[in-house]
Amino acid sequence: MEHDKKPDSGPVQDFLNAEEPRRDFFTQAAAVVTGAALGVVPLFAGLAVFTDPLRKRERKSEGGADADGFLKVAPLDGLLKGGEPRRYEVIDDRTDAWNLFPREAVGAVYLVRPVDGLVKAFNVKCPHAGCSVDFKAENACFQCPCHDSSFKPNDGLIANPNSPSPRGLDELEVKEVDGMVWVKYQEFQPGTSHKVPEA
Amino acid sequence: MNTFLNWLDNRTGIRATVHEALFERIPGGARWRYVWGSTLVFAFSVQVITGLFLWMAYSPSSLTAWESVYFITYDMQFGWLLRGLHHFMAQAMVVLLAIHLMQVIIDGAYKAPREVNFWLGLILMQIVLGLSLTGYLLPWDQKGFWATNVATKLMTLVPVVGTKLQRLVVGGPTYGHHTLTRFFAMHAGVLPGLLIAFLALHIAVFRRHGIKAADPLHKKDAMFWPDQVLKDAVACLGVLLVVLLLTIFVGAELGAPADPSQAYAAARPEWYFLFLFQFLKYFPGETEIWGALIIPGIMFGVLALMPFLAKWKLGHRFNIAYMVIVLCGIGYLTAQAWHEDNRGPKSADYHRAVADAQTRAERVRELIEYGEGISEKGGRALLRSDPKTAGPDLFKRNCAVCHSFDGHDGTGGPQEKATASDLGGFGSRDWLKGFVVEPGGPKYFGPTANGSFNGKPIADTFSNGAMARWAKEHAGKMSSEEIAAVVEFLLSQGDRTDLGPVDADLAAKGREVFELGSLDANAEGAESRACLQCHEMVIDGAPLGTQGLAPGPDLSRYGSEAWLRDFLLNPDAPHNYGDRNAMPSYKDRMTEAEFNILLKWLRRQWLEVKGKK
Repeated sequence: MEHDKKPDSGPVQDFLNAEEPRRDFFTQAAAVVTGAALGVVPLFAGLAVFTDPLRKRERKSEGGADADGFLKVAPLDGLLKGGEPRRYEVIDDRTDAWNLFPREAVGAVYLVRPVDGLVKAFNVKCPHAGCSVDFKAENACFQCPCHDSSFKPNDGLIANPNSPSPRGLDELEVKEVDGMVWVKYQEFQPGTSHKVPEA
Repeated sequence: MNTFLNWLDNRTGIRATVHEALFERIPGGARWRYVWGSTLVFAFSVQVITGLFLWMAYSPSSLTAWESVYFITYDMQFGWLLRGLHHFMAQAMVVLLAIHLMQVIIDGAYKAPREVNFWLGLILMQIVLGLSLTGYLLPWDQKGFWATNVATKLMTLVPVVGTKLQRLVVGGPTYGHHTLTRFFAMHAGVLPGLLIAFLALHIAVFRRHGIKAADPLHKKDAMFWPDQVLKDAVACLGVLLVVLLLTIFVGAELGAPADPSQAYAAARPEWYFLFLFQFLKYFPGETEIWGALIIPGIMFGVLALMPFLAKWKLGHRFNIAYMVIVLCGIGYLTAQAWHEDNRGPKSADYHRAVADAQTRAERVRELIEYGEGISEKGGRALLRSDPKTAGPDLFKRNCAVCHSFDGHDGTGGPQEKATASDLGGFGSRDWLKGFVVEPGGPKYFGPTANGSFNGKPIADTFSNGAMARWAKEHAGKMSSEEIAAVVEFLLSQGDRTDLGPVDADLAAKGREVFELGSLDANAEGAESRACLQCHEMVIDGAPLGTQGLAPGPDLSRYGSEAWLRDFLLNPDAPHNYGDRNAMPSYKDRMTEAEFNILLKWLRRQWLEVKGKK
């Protein structure tokens, strides 16, 4: 036998006419709770995987870094004392999700060798929005191609006060060992007036 | 809240829609037997949720699919849970589908006026099976790869357009990047889209006719909400619990990465397709099309015609009997397939293949976790270049014609007629000791007596050659310390990293024995016992012995990679065995990469995880 629909009694009407409407609060509550529990499990698993990038990961390989995290960047004699800044790639092992790419360019730095003292290293990324800055020899300054921030070549500080960058170029720790320049390569959050290292 | 709902209802009519959805009358009251359709909807919802999140981490190409699934399973937080839910819920869906179908047929819910909905259900079933077939390939592991290979090969049986159809599905002449992009687009786009569309129709038509009550006078009529909803929800919870338990205690398997060059004898389709796999065994040669397409097609055709058959007086009973017979047949074939794999005469082969597949899957994990990670060449390259994995097969193909390895062919298979030494444990202390004490024995020169060279039997040229005669005369007179010392000395030449550190004092004594024949300078006949009588050696650039005049092989750096390379490339060189050596040169017999793997494997140079055997 089949259930025949009566045209004059819609389901809502049926419900309102029922003898014991909402008679079983427990049933309703149990249905809602069970239904919610059903959704929680797949959503939990999905969101856990989705938020995996927020997890801090251990480095799987040391790459070329020494114990203090410095990477060998360039020979000292490739830089003239008092010369123009020169751009060097920073080579390290690069992890991309499941892949490990040994000894690849992971970033770049400008090295400047003053007449006296240690070489200075600047991260090439503009602290304003992260564009890669150029060194313009004709203006004798670093210039960001995106929003025209400019930085002084010797100390990386802001050259033109109208620059949108909130701070000078990010200077990196440097050491000179056996005629080689080693740099502790780091990225910093853009848009802040102080250097905040990125995790 | 109420104001907002009124506002919304005014503009959308949401209250009526919700009421329409929830207040469906159920004649005879809510019953457990009505839950199956809802559990299917639930299962599909879980697949959509978990599938979308998996999509965010999955990368469909033949160099990244397995790798990304590996990363999800073993690296991302709760990735194993997400993948397990998706994996087992897919299987649960097939089971629920079968139950739902049986329920519909037993309750007569396929009969007029519900024929169209029955056919919609059959279409949905095909879509679900399509989803499961396409999904099986996506991890790109050996199992999915080979099983799906069989399924797509069967497509070529379709008359006229078969081969073109197969090529379109595979995305080219062979499996590769485009097979995955196509399967993934089908699995995550086309098929779920179709499923949602047909499911909407299925539910709409279902609502039009209402539930087919099994027994309308069972109890007082009830509403879908909340009575039946609670029963449905509890049933869904049961399904979810089973899937969770399987996820936690069994886990979604990930085999070794797909490798077309690596045959996989354990390839089987997912268990619910096993009956078809078994069915095909009954159709030899060109009759295969009957087993793969025609008979299943006819059987499905009968299923689709059931609403018409039911008009016949005994039609409904026939339909039920038909379903029971078909399910029994499926059950029988599945059991038979299982039995053949687990109890039949070939079950040992199958079990070996399964064990081998498992070893490879575990090994690739070791290589990733303890080795250098996955390069851009992908996981497959790791196994292909791993001496421990690839070595045995190289030995079997290139060396086992003459040599044995611990009595087998390197891979564990039979080596019945060895004509050269057994290289199992080559260069180890035990192996070297055996060589010194009993060079004419079955592990060393003994088997050469079975061989021939340049058309002439080798006979006892080696098995009773100079070295064998030396051992008979002298080995018994040497003290065990002298033997151990000479073994240690030879071992020190091999740069072995797998045999524990060399005992330098013992090796120094060994050198003395090697040069003088004994640790006791006054020992009788010591001079004629010295290895230098027949062999030469260069140590640290300084030659010992006669320099090119000795009849026996030069033992400089014996057992090292350089020595082995030279020996394999120039076995007939005067400093090896000279032109009486039956062994061919290994120059150009394999690629340089394979050659290097073989060298490493013979010397057991591979990544070994500490704490494991």
